Amino acid sequence: MSSQDFRALRLDGMGRDFGLLNALKGIDLTVRRGEFIALLGPSGCGKSTALNCLAGLLPLTAGSIWLDDKRIDRLGPEQRGFGMVFQNYALFPHMSVRSNIGFGLRMQRRPKAEITRRVEEALKLVRLEAQGDKLPGQISGGQQQRVAIARAIVVEPPLVLMDEPLSNLDAKLRLEMRAEIRRIHNLLGCATIYVTHDQDEALSLADRIVVLRDGAVRQIGTPEELYGRPAHPDIAEFMGYRNLLPATATSDGNMVRLMVGDAAMSGTAVGASDGRVFAAIRPEDLVAMDDGALCATVQTAEYRGRDFYGVAVMADRTELFFRSERRVAVGDALRLGAEPSRVLVYPA
Amino acid sequence: MSGAEHIPLRLRLSQRGLDGVTLLLLPAILFIIALFVYPFLYGLVLSFTPKVGGWLANYQKFFSDPYLYQTISKTLWLAVPVTLLNVVVSVPVALRVRLMRRQRLLTTILVIPITLGTVLVAEGMLNYMGPRGWLSRVIMLVGLSDHPVRMIHNYTGVFLSLVITGFPFTFLLTLSYVTGIDPSLEQAGAMLGARSASRFREILMPLLVPGLAITFCLSFVQAFAVFPSALLLGAPAGDTRVISIAAYQAAFEDYDYSMASAIAMIMAFVQVAIVAVLLGVQSAFYKGPAGGGKG
Repeated sequence: MSSQDFRALRLDGMGRDFGLLNALKGIDLTVRRGEFIALLGPSGCGKSTALNCLAGLLPLTAGSIWLDDKRIDRLGPEQRGFGMVFQNYALFPHMSVRSNIGFGLRMQRRPKAEITRRVEEALKLVRLEAQGDKLPGQISGGQQQRVAIARAIVVEPPLVLMDEPLSNLDAKLRLEMRAEIRRIHNLLGCATIYVTHDQDEALSLADRIVVLRDGAVRQIGTPEELYGRPAHPDIAEFMGYRNLLPATATSDGNMVRLMVGDAAMSGTAVGASDGRVFAAIRPEDLVAMDDGALCATVQTAEYRGRDFYGVAVMADRTELFFRSERRVAVGDALRLGAEPSRVLVYPA
Repeated sequence: MSGAEHIPLRLRLSQRGLDGVTLLLLPAILFIIALFVYPFLYGLVLSFTPKVGGWLANYQKFFSDPYLYQTISKTLWLAVPVTLLNVVVSVPVALRVRLMRRQRLLTTILVIPITLGTVLVAEGMLNYMGPRGWLSRVIMLVGLSDHPVRMIHNYTGVFLSLVITGFPFTFLLTLSYVTGIDPSLEQAGAMLGARSASRFREILMPLLVPGLAITFCLSFVQAFAVFPSALLLGAPAGDTRVISIAAYQAAFEDYDYSMASAIAMIMAFVQVAIVAVLLGVQSAFYKGPAGGGKG
């Protein structure tokens, strides 16, 4: 399968208003051929609006969309030829799995023999050879999901859009389908835009992650960049830096000296770092140690295999999410510390 | 093991859905028996005990007298086109209305003709659609006709009145079926390259047919029992001598209740036959939920 015949999809100030509500504020993004992009953000951040605008299901109120040199934002969804996997799968309930998958090819008026061949290939690709003649209502949620993916990719679209496709599945199936989506993408290499609110999904699937917040792009980067160096404290919080401590800082070369309350620590600067700052630390990096700077009392603790995780409270009632290799009990006094490279310092 | 045999009767009954709550059905069952089953059986027996002749005399009389048996075709000639028109028109209207914001206002306006009843609608039509009514005058004024247009006391009058009173009912039923179809199915069709005509033919229509068949049955039964408008707006001795008028005349002009019961039975049989045919056709279509998968 190879019709990914475009070099770049370019969003140029793509915007969408709903009455007075500015749901999308001028999105600029270039998607390269074969790239897997995750649109990541909390609910209400505009990521589904962005996807629907791309699909053509929602007209833009500002900006434009370009496929190489062709402007496509004025075209209807049926003329864009993108594939889409809906959150609720949107399988046609009155058609068999085969007819569902073959629908797009039938609309293109392909010869019957070709349709049959390509539907069988797609069934094989998503490992549903045995379910071809069943109705969508007769197969499980995970299988419906595979049918929805097969139906979207069988027409070899230049771009596949996925709208939180795993959110209706249970945890185990979600992990399986995640690997499945990655496998199919590696096999076919069609550019994919994947909307999700789950940073694990975005980190494990995407080549690049676009973080959306309040309808605007906050950061674009590789999973490593987003995990290791989020650009803003709120993104850091969203990416799992649960400890966001107000502090005062003085920079010292590449390092930053921090005062959290009256405890002295060191951190790494992200942006300007003098005066009032936030120090962001992941729970797994804030570890109980003998010479830790932060003194706190354990409030809750739970064993998660291997290590203990919990919440501890400092004297000024600041809550700290921490990890401990030793058993800790509620009420224990702990000293917590973190590697300077794992403490990110943001201007407040 | 013989454990299964020792489950108490009460538990076994409740596993089949029979328990104390089932008793709550009793009033409804009594109601149906008293007001539907008993009168129906009474009428059925009555229809086989004619004033004169053998037990089938009423039916023989009905099917040998063209003045009587033609009422079936006259009623069908009214009810079938009216119902078809109502159903066919209500589908595109419902498809459009589903996207509207002020749906509730529109449905309220549409419910009014239903609540007013056929007699009031007939009264209104007598006034403004009569030869001296404003509609006829406007038509003459515009020059579409040079003589008063007769729209009542004939087939047209009954037809129009059935459309006016029947359409809202048909439309509301259709609207509920149309809105029951997940909009993402149409979007999915569009994403796969289906233009609106194909989306309608391949996705909406197959999912609508079962609901439309039910809508047709209910609207048809309503139109088939037409009586007040056929009497008030039609030609009760001619074109619109429908089967219910024949039954009325037998009962209250000839005082032959046995004959009237026979006509009522024939009327019921024709309705049931048509509904059965429609539901038979309907069963060939997909009838599951019209959703796109997990909600």
